[in-house]
Amino acid sequence: MSILVIAEHDNASLNASTLSTLAAAATIGGDVTVLVAGHNASAVVTETQAASGVTKVLVVDDAALADGLAENIASVVTGIAGEYSHVLTAASNFGKNFMPRVAAKLDMMQVSDIVEVVSADTFVRPIYAGNALMTVKSSDSVKLITVRSTAFDAVEATGGSAATEDLAFGVAFAGTSFVSRDVTESERPELATARIVVSGGRGVGSKEQFSIIDDLAEKLGAAVGASRAAVDSGYAPNDCQVGQTGKVVAPDIYFAIGISGAIQHQAGMRESKIIVAINKDDEAPIFQIADYGIVADLFDVVPELMQQL
Amino acid sequence: MKVLVAVKRVVDYNVRIRVKSDGSGVDTDNVVMSMNPFDENGLEEALRMKQAGIATEVIAVSVGDEKSQDTLRSALAMGADRAILIKADQTPEPLGIAKLLAKVVEQEGPQVAILGKQAIDDDSNQTGQMLAALLDWSQGTFASNAEFDGDAINLTRETDTGLETIKISLPAVITTDLRLNDPRLPKLPDIMKAKKKPIDIVDASSYGIDLSPRLEVVSVAAPAEREPGIIVADAAELVNKLKEAGAL
Ligand SMILES: Cc1cc2nc3c(=O)[nH]c(=O)nc-3n(C[C@H](O)[C@H](O)[C@H](O)COP(=O)(O)OP(=O)(O)OC[C@H]3O[C@@H](n4cnc5c(N)ncnc54)[C@H](O)[C@@H]3O)c2cc1C
Ligand SMILES: Nc1ncnc2c1ncn2[C@@H]1O[C@H](COP(=O)(O)O)[C@@H](O)[C@H]1O
Repeated sequence: MSILVIAEHDNASLNASTLSTLAAAATIGGDVTVLVAGHNASAVVTETQAASGVTKVLVVDDAALADGLAENIASVVTGIAGEYSHVLTAASNFGKNFMPRVAAKLDMMQVSDIVEVVSADTFVRPIYAGNALMTVKSSDSVKLITVRSTAFDAVEATGGSAATEDLAFGVAFAGTSFVSRDVTESERPELATARIVVSGGRGVGSKEQFSIIDDLAEKLGAAVGASRAAVDSGYAPNDCQVGQTGKVVAPDIYFAIGISGAIQHQAGMRESKIIVAINKDDEAPIFQIADYGIVADLFDVVPELMQQL
Repeated sequence: MKVLVAVKRVVDYNVRIRVKSDGSGVDTDNVVMSMNPFDENGLEEALRMKQAGIATEVIAVSVGDEKSQDTLRSALAMGADRAILIKADQTPEPLGIAKLLAKVVEQEGPQVAILGKQAIDDDSNQTGQMLAALLDWSQGTFASNAEFDGDAINLTRETDTGLETIKISLPAVITTDLRLNDPRLPKLPDIMKAKKKPIDIVDASSYGIDLSPRLEVVSVAAPAEREPGIIVADAAELVNKLKEAGAL
């Protein structure tokens, strides 16, 4: 087995999701090559060389790869995928964007968002917002896979010393160009990997009142999450959204505050170790999956909680 | 320009689905079905393009069995000009769907194809990107805003760290996020009018594409249930419990 993992990064550092993807690769077993496609990303290359279980790092450096445009990343991956038995990347925004393009170019079916490796050709993936788990066996000659990061414990970031090899970039795709990026600045830990997540929903009531969620998160050293309703209402930025169509998180503690617990929200947090729900409606579905629930007004409970901590 | 919108008939998002006891799949008999929510956003965007004078004709396409006609009728009621049903008893995998849609693009010549970012049944999130690849078109995925600027679109995408804007030149594939727009609700007269609008029905097999699945479904299982927890009285008790559990 020879596995190619596509690294996710911002040219400055390696995204933690890649370490989880490497863990999935290790479960399949075999030689693991990591592709770092970017621009002036030497720090990422160094980090990747050090990651546990990496045999080789392929480096493609070109200005056209600086912003992760799917067309250009896909063209690099399409060119080399045939040399591997598996190509893996995170089921993140980055991975979801380019991998299907590779699959179509190679006339293969991607296996999306796997949560378990059964064998080298058989994988488990959630469907219907995680309300069913489908086991699929791929008959394609290269298995093209996106990996749900929360389902695989990250490999060690250090200890490895993989060799590097440079590859030339081909031709940039003419029709697409990068314009701008608006990154949400936050002093809080990253939502995807935080040990504690504090999420607020529509029940928080307004953007101003959402500071109660931020304050509790700060006190706990936690990341801030939100339901879709809270994001749609402008209480929190879109990258905070947890759920079927947002991020999937699995922290040690997940606080759902003023969130009813729709199945689409549960899809993004039901694998959390401990779920705490604070909601004034004792019939809110969130209580069906919460380990600890408080039926009360969040504006009473959260300040009390801050004092207790 | 023509705009093609792909609409899939799926189990309604409010339905709590049940896994069949023999592990062969999900029970879709006698459950409420609707248009995939993201496809409503796709259609709404196309209709707005028409209102703005950018699009001349909006064509809705669905791949599925006879009943997908209902979804196409809803699309016509929202305002699509005409509809195409590609009839297939077994819904093909995203790769097969993308190949069929690519054929329709060849025949109809739209400048923009709009798809949802994901179908809420298979949660694949692949078809739009695959279609773009097959056509060698630009792709603007997970769009929350699309501004037309001559032969190009300034497209804002939702990413894991915030927002990003890219410029994609036509022809292009767009995949929608729910925040792209608020889909309109069809009015009764529109629903009546939609009954008279044409739906072309074409057999999937007539395109000469190999649609046999690449992924064999070994089994479908229900996820492990979470054990129901306890209701605590107040913040103090919660903190104690979390400490006892070793979580704080
Ligand atoms: C295709 C699709 C995809 C979706 N994807 C997602 C997704 O990824 N993530 C997601 O979250 N949702 C998603 N949704 C939306 C989802 O269906 C729900 O609408 C959403 O999760 C509801 O958010 P909420 O719980 O914040 O709001 P509500 O359902 O309105 O719940 C608010 C809760 O706050 C409580 N409350 C109000 N005031 C107080 C107070 N003062 N103190 C305590 N409690 C209070 C209420 O009792 C209520 O339970 C999706 C929907 C669709 C159709
Ligand atoms: N059977 C289908 N008929 C029409 N459009 C489809 C079909 N399957 C997928 N699509 C389109 O592709 C999008 C993404 O689906 P998926 O890749 O399956 O998550 C959907 O939102 C639809 O726009």
